[in-house]
Amino acid sequence: MRAIFGDTLVSLGEENHTLMALTADVAKPTGVSKFAEAYPSRFFNVGISEQDMIGIAAGLALSGDIPVVAVFAPFLMRAWEQIRSTIARANLNVKMVGTHAGLSASDEGGSHQSLEDVCLMRVLPNMTVVVPGDRQEIAEATRAIVQMKGPAYMRLGRDESLKFLEGDCVFRLGKAATVADGHDITVFSNGAMTSEVLDAVKATKLSAKVVHVPTVKPLDEEAIVAAARETGLVVCVEEHSVIGGLGGAIAELLSSEYPVPITRVGVKDVFGESGPQRDLLRKHGLVAESIGDVMMNIVGRKAA
Amino acid sequence: MRALQEEMDQRYLVEIQMLKEKIKKIRKSVLEMTASTLPGIHVGASLSCIDIIATLYFMKMRHSPYRPDWSDRDRFILSKGHAAPALYAVLAEAGYFPKEEFGTLKSLNSRLQGHPDLRTPGVDAPSGSLGQGLSIGIGMALAARHRGSKNRIYVLVGDGECDEGQVWEALMTAAHLRLNNLVLIIDRNGWQLDDRTEEVKRKAPLKSKIESFGWQTYVVNGHDPEKILDALDLCELSDGPAAIIANTMKGKGVTFMEGTNKGHKMRFSNEEYLEALAELEEAS
Repeated sequence: MRAIFGDTLVSLGEENHTLMALTADVAKPTGVSKFAEAYPSRFFNVGISEQDMIGIAAGLALSGDIPVVAVFAPFLMRAWEQIRSTIARANLNVKMVGTHAGLSASDEGGSHQSLEDVCLMRVLPNMTVVVPGDRQEIAEATRAIVQMKGPAYMRLGRDESLKFLEGDCVFRLGKAATVADGHDITVFSNGAMTSEVLDAVKATKLSAKVVHVPTVKPLDEEAIVAAARETGLVVCVEEHSVIGGLGGAIAELLSSEYPVPITRVGVKDVFGESGPQRDLLRKHGLVAESIGDVMMNIVGRKAA
Repeated sequence: MRALQEEMDQRYLVEIQMLKEKIKKIRKSVLEMTASTLPGIHVGASLSCIDIIATLYFMKMRHSPYRPDWSDRDRFILSKGHAAPALYAVLAEAGYFPKEEFGTLKSLNSRLQGHPDLRTPGVDAPSGSLGQGLSIGIGMALAARHRGSKNRIYVLVGDGECDEGQVWEALMTAAHLRLNNLVLIIDRNGWQLDDRTEEVKRKAPLKSKIESFGWQTYVVNGHDPEKILDALDLCELSDGPAAIIANTMKGKGVTFMEGTNKGHKMRFSNEEYLEALAELEEAS
């Protein structure tokens, strides 16, 4: 996934000579090393200093360049106050990419697992927040955030070559996509979680509507309200804390626009820990089997 | 040749004299704002850096109030954003916006925010949260270098602000990148919010610390425009980033707060305003 991001950045750098890339001593694991090789004069590795990196990105943006910063998601949050006070407040054209998000830095443990980033970025005025799901969508989302004007955060997770979105599911900023149709229940999800949700639907044979929501901000309010209205039952699934992420955003929206019961599936207000990634996801109920159980339970309750 | 030199010397003296007159007007503007702004302003920290900012804008920087977005202009970043009134007074004196707007400082819908904000004509970077300006300056210096622009970047930080770790991250980065178009000026007024800088967290020896990071460093009297200008000239000769430690006095020019923390944030009473104004008029 990070390789796709790096490749896309290289082709964008070819088209746009004001595109700059920055990192804080994680060029290789984030994938920006490809950009560094292609355009060494437009790449800056500032060392292990995320706060300085964000300030430098602000200075580049104030000079008319388009800086893309790429670091591990939890350590980008170290510079959250700089992002708030300088980049978001002045609406600067800085693109921030947090890699190894969610539980994907599995063996490293809780220090390296980012379960709060969507919440922290979403709360900032002017900020666009995207959580793409598979290879193709990452390429499209990278292009979209570079081409839009203003600050944006893109969250990248598992380093697998996932490909589960249909070919005609094209990423459009601010748009949700219905990837499976049904009428008993609606599941909203993003990132690689949508893949688990699709597997869960297949296994349970429920008539479920699956809406992939790669843009958490601005939220596709119209599509989300319409989907909730159609089924009357909502589940949100994300590899993030159940507080303040996609589920939080949807709950905020639906509570005023179309109140329905909402079940939020995610990490339940605890920190991560070391372990094989699959085991971690299983522990937190973020695999198809557990998601399917949640769906069956809710639909069963409605029927009863 | 001698005649030409004499003419240039003469012209320099005239320019310095004009600068000093402008500085007097700028000080007066800040005193006015201290009296008219209901919640008060950080007057002490504004008065300590006026000579520095005015010398930059009127004797050193290439900029134009008619083209505030000129891409090859020199940049100024007020990292110690609480001294915004000093910057506003200089920008208005330079013609970026009318002085009548001083009366709107900190009021609702004003272009003059409590801390620097891009909505004010002439403001090059937002600030307010301390410790971030030098990093922003590095970004601007890199952008200038990349596009082959000759513009120079000036960043003013407070001495108390040097408590922030990000300042030292940026000092390392700028030296590593050999940014010879970047100048850091430290307003060394010796005070921060709670107490004297050396009581809260020792900064000394500031010069050798900064030098040890790889910066060419000068120390000047921050209230003497000629000395400030000499140091700024020297900075242009450096092959890497250069710093000026400007020794200043918090509340400079107003005896009842000079060198104290009384003016950290205050609003003048009518009597205080008149007293400060009278002292400014008396000063040469």
